[in-house]
Amino acid sequence: MMNYGLTEDQLTIVRLAAEIAEKKIKPVRAEYDEKEEFPWPVIEDIRKADLFGVYLPEKFGGFGGGNFELVLVTEALSRACAGIALAVAASGLCAIPILLFGNPEQRQKFLPELASGKKLGAFTITEPEAGSDATSTRATARLDGDHYVVNGVKNFCSSGKAADLYVLFASTNPSKGPRGISAFVVEKGTPGFSFGKKETKMGIRASWTYELVFNNCRVPKENLIYKEGHGLRVAQGTFDYSRPGVAAQALGLAQGALDESMAYIRVRKQFGKPISSFQAIQHMAADCATQIEAGRALLYSVARAMDAASKPAVDEAIKMGLPVYDVLEKLSGGKRWTKESAMVKLFCSDMAMKVTTDCVQMCGGIGYMRDFPVEKYMRDAKITQIYEGTNQIQRNEIAAMMIKEAASSERREAVNA
Amino acid sequence: MPLNIVVCVKLTPSTANIEIDPATGSLRREKMSFAINPFDEYAVEEGVRLKERIPGSWVGALSLGAPDSEAALRESIARGVDEAFLISGPAFEGSDTFATGYALAMGIKKIAQIKGRVDLVICAKQTNDSDTGQVGPAVAAWLGWPGISFVKKVEEVSDKFLRLHRMMEDGYDVIEADLPAVIAVLKEINEPRLASLKGKMAAKKAAIPRWGAAELGVDESKIGRRGSPCAVAQQAAPPARPQGHRIQGGSPQEKAKQLVEKLQELKLI
Repeated sequence: MMNYGLTEDQLTIVRLAAEIAEKKIKPVRAEYDEKEEFPWPVIEDIRKADLFGVYLPEKFGGFGGGNFELVLVTEALSRACAGIALAVAASGLCAIPILLFGNPEQRQKFLPELASGKKLGAFTITEPEAGSDATSTRATARLDGDHYVVNGVKNFCSSGKAADLYVLFASTNPSKGPRGISAFVVEKGTPGFSFGKKETKMGIRASWTYELVFNNCRVPKENLIYKEGHGLRVAQGTFDYSRPGVAAQALGLAQGALDESMAYIRVRKQFGKPISSFQAIQHMAADCATQIEAGRALLYSVARAMDAASKPAVDEAIKMGLPVYDVLEKLSGGKRWTKESAMVKLFCSDMAMKVTTDCVQMCGGIGYMRDFPVEKYMRDAKITQIYEGTNQIQRNEIAAMMIKEAASSERREAVNA
Repeated sequence: MPLNIVVCVKLTPSTANIEIDPATGSLRREKMSFAINPFDEYAVEEGVRLKERIPGSWVGALSLGAPDSEAALRESIARGVDEAFLISGPAFEGSDTFATGYALAMGIKKIAQIKGRVDLVICAKQTNDSDTGQVGPAVAAWLGWPGISFVKKVEEVSDKFLRLHRMMEDGYDVIEADLPAVIAVLKEINEPRLASLKGKMAAKKAAIPRWGAAELGVDESKIGRRGSPCAVAQQAAPPARPQGHRIQGGSPQEKAKQLVEKLQELKLI
């Protein structure tokens, strides 16, 4: 890998995650994929290595890194198995909205448990009728005294049932449509909260995907994240920060698939020569490596730029006892990362699909077989083009931001003229 | 009752290709890479597990060796040990297991002075370089404490004693030993964890005191070459393995036929 100028601490994180990937994940990944079981012993290894909290402030038991550190861990673990790495990423998807939008009490209550990995987190927005269109959320949360009474069904929840904390989206005011949606933290074991169907999937099979059922579930009022009616803002703000994690998963698995393929094509002989000596194979391998490096360069620069902007806001917000989002709005003049985070997610996941498909092709018949690890990378790659917004939605968001930026620069020019 | 535990560790060659200088008969250290003795990983893990099991406990690591032995101590800290101490100096060079046991015992006494007391010493059953398995028992003898080797399980730890499983050829013994005690543990005892991120950071920052003969107050006639009743007369690398015979080509049936012919030719069947 190229020298990206990682700090000594970042290199330590990468080496540690790579060691876990090599020693603890690789030997068991095929078994968890086959059995579709949750990899509890591996989760315990990741927890003991302190890798759940690399991106969270030290005040909450984290390592004090940022988005970039989360990207590095996710990439290194996904190089062995993106399904197992998803447990870390899904916990991040629960911690990020609490970090960015939570009040000081919520941060203090929930983040240390997620940082230590003692509790796993999950994020649940999708409903049977609300996939790409999160505005049609039907789950409701009605205020009743000190509690919100939640009713409805959520589905496709990653780390469902395995997680202890869930960031949930439900409407507190259905008459207001999208502006009636609010975000909550719900703890597993809250009466009225149960698990429905367990999905069987194409890839990332070491991760549980569950339907969640809320039946008059009473969620304490203090578990409302940010303000009533601001749920979609919480979701979008979270995705701005979490999509680089999906990109990191895609990047890691693409690299893992290419590593396996490179080892194989150098020993596989046909026509009396290793197949790596054929130009047809060489060009495919060269394209894979080039695309991976392009993805990495884009992802690392975006994650670093996001950290440079957001980490001072996090520190300031902790000091002032305010939600990070409010400080961020003030410090960066409302600068959003929607475009850039959509770009890295789009680029890296499309890249991973192409690279893993080509890796199967380079390995030929054996590449298609389940006792060789490359086909699993291809199955795992597909989800990265779909979750946290399909790549079509990413393109919509990139274009929408481009149009907005063009319009506002025209306005500025008009004012200056 | 919280325990103060000391784990003894050693930096040893991490490669199987050990080179011996034919002139001096000693290891060519400059050509080799070193790491914590792989058996010590189990001793460190057991120490850290006991610390986690008994709240308020403390675990330290102690090594005798060249200054680069610090690497083994830092690795121990990365895996959860609280503090580390190094015994090092020219006076200790050439120590055999008798002298090493004495030096380590003196180090443990010094740690006991600093920490108030030491309740338990954990060694690995052996190192991967000299393979004697004698240092653990020697430390126990020098301290005058009970010494139990081949420990595969620490079943119970109370205020006063340990209940251990000692592996035997035909099963295991259940042994109760008074504290303080020295145990030497087997690979079967646990599965060592990897280092943690916080551990690695602590290892990087840790200040490791280095004790020479004077700081330790040792009797210099009992350490180093002078204090070692055993001397290595000669060391030699095992002869290189002769090249094998490779059965080439053809179908599995033909290969099998060739193999049988070869074995018959050698009068092995």
